[in-house]
Amino acid sequence: MDRRDFLKQLCLVAASSGIVCGLSPAAWARIIHKDYDTAKHYYGMGIDVDKCIGCGRCMQACKTENDVPSDPFYFRTWVERYVIKVDKSVTINTISTGLDQPVVTVAERDVLRSFFVPKLCNQCAHPPCVQVCPVGATFTSDDGVILVDTKRCIGCRYCIQACPYGVRYLHPVTRVADKCNFCYHRLVRGLLPACVEVCPKQARLFGDMKSSASPLGRFIRMNKIHVLKPYLNTDPKVYYANLDGEVN
Amino acid sequence: MKFLHKLPEQAVRVIIVFVVLAAGMFVVRQFIMPPEMKETALIQSATMEREANKEIKYAGAEICGQCHEKEHDSKKSGYHRDLSCESCHGAAQKHVDSPTEVKPSSPTKRDYCAYCHTYNSSRPTGFPQINPDTHNPRKPCITCHNPHNPKPPKTPSSCTACHAQIERTKAASYHALLACTVCHTAPEQHKTSPRTVTPTKPDKREFCGKCHAQGSGAKGVPTVDMATHGEKYVCWQCHYPHMLGGI
Repeated sequence: MDRRDFLKQLCLVAASSGIVCGLSPAAWARIIHKDYDTAKHYYGMGIDVDKCIGCGRCMQACKTENDVPSDPFYFRTWVERYVIKVDKSVTINTISTGLDQPVVTVAERDVLRSFFVPKLCNQCAHPPCVQVCPVGATFTSDDGVILVDTKRCIGCRYCIQACPYGVRYLHPVTRVADKCNFCYHRLVRGLLPACVEVCPKQARLFGDMKSSASPLGRFIRMNKIHVLKPYLNTDPKVYYANLDGEVN
Repeated sequence: MKFLHKLPEQAVRVIIVFVVLAAGMFVVRQFIMPPEMKETALIQSATMEREANKEIKYAGAEICGQCHEKEHDSKKSGYHRDLSCESCHGAAQKHVDSPTEVKPSSPTKRDYCAYCHTYNSSRPTGFPQINPDTHNPRKPCITCHNPHNPKPPKTPSSCTACHAQIERTKAASYHALLACTVCHTAPEQHKTSPRTVTPTKPDKREFCGKCHAQGSGAKGVPTVDMATHGEKYVCWQCHYPHMLGGI
């Protein structure tokens, strides 16, 4: 190949790659819901463990709002009851949404301390589930919510394995991964997630971290805050106040 | 393109086939495939749109008050002020859409209140709880308590009006029969400016010692030798006076 041919081919390659790049649109910004702009929000949730009364209304509301199967092992959010006995042994039960709560088998005098801990998707800033998805069906939106593309998900369960908080499950009807998305359809309409809406004790707080006036901003300023499994560097956006060291 | 002529003919054919295939794929990807299938940003915004368009079932607390003013107002000042209407009446967006056709449920039986108010040792102290087996069994809660403005049968007065949580804790402790004023003196202004004029609190071991020191003469009260018991600590570092017995 002489220099002329080499230059000719170089020009060809440059021109064709230019066409490819030029055709692919640079920005696909789209308005999702009338006045809703994803870039203006960054959502998080605050949970005050001391306020939770373990009534299970959040679990019930979540199931109703998001069409989660009513069987007691599919949850987008659930509440765990911790009982720490005098001998330091810990028992953890997920409470039921109905009145058929498991009978307290621990005698009152054996209980050292006991409390309820609501759990849900932590909407990590560094989400392991997004990292492992082989088809890119789960992703972080600009407003900080991890979403699942139900059309793209192949139901391989990789994300369910990867989540250190166990918040994902395979939906028995759609056969794709499902999890809490802060009731995304409510957020874009300016409403609170269903669990926050029904919480009788305001143990759950919801807010926008881009606004210091939001209830969450105050919650994070006024309380000693902990997140679940901080050593994993997942950087969760569900903040717990008054969390016991036994909770993980 | 001189170097192509130097190659054997079959190699040139293979190259042509590959070039045609590659060109075909390029055309398919660039011109035939819709952008929704290949642009990550588009795929994601489509997902967000799909999620955003899902129908809501819980209408939110604001909207109920627009029609149900009476309930809304009576609830506003009561103990259930933080409780959303839909916590008890269930998801009501359908009722908002067609108010006459769809009616939300109204729990009238005992078991609904029990979700929150049954005694459970894991519930925070001070939260009003009852034992459904002994608390007026079989009687619906709403015969005595108005759910939109629930009140304890005895209206809280004096200290209890604000310090209900402490009152309920104290009611189950050994100090149940002691009035608040035995240990605290509240100036009259405390009622009007509670944060600027505060009641007194005991600040010395000797205060507890008035009853609990050996030889105090109080009947049925545990007594200790104040000189040796607890050393440098003040009593309430180990014994919380409002709490149920012991340490």
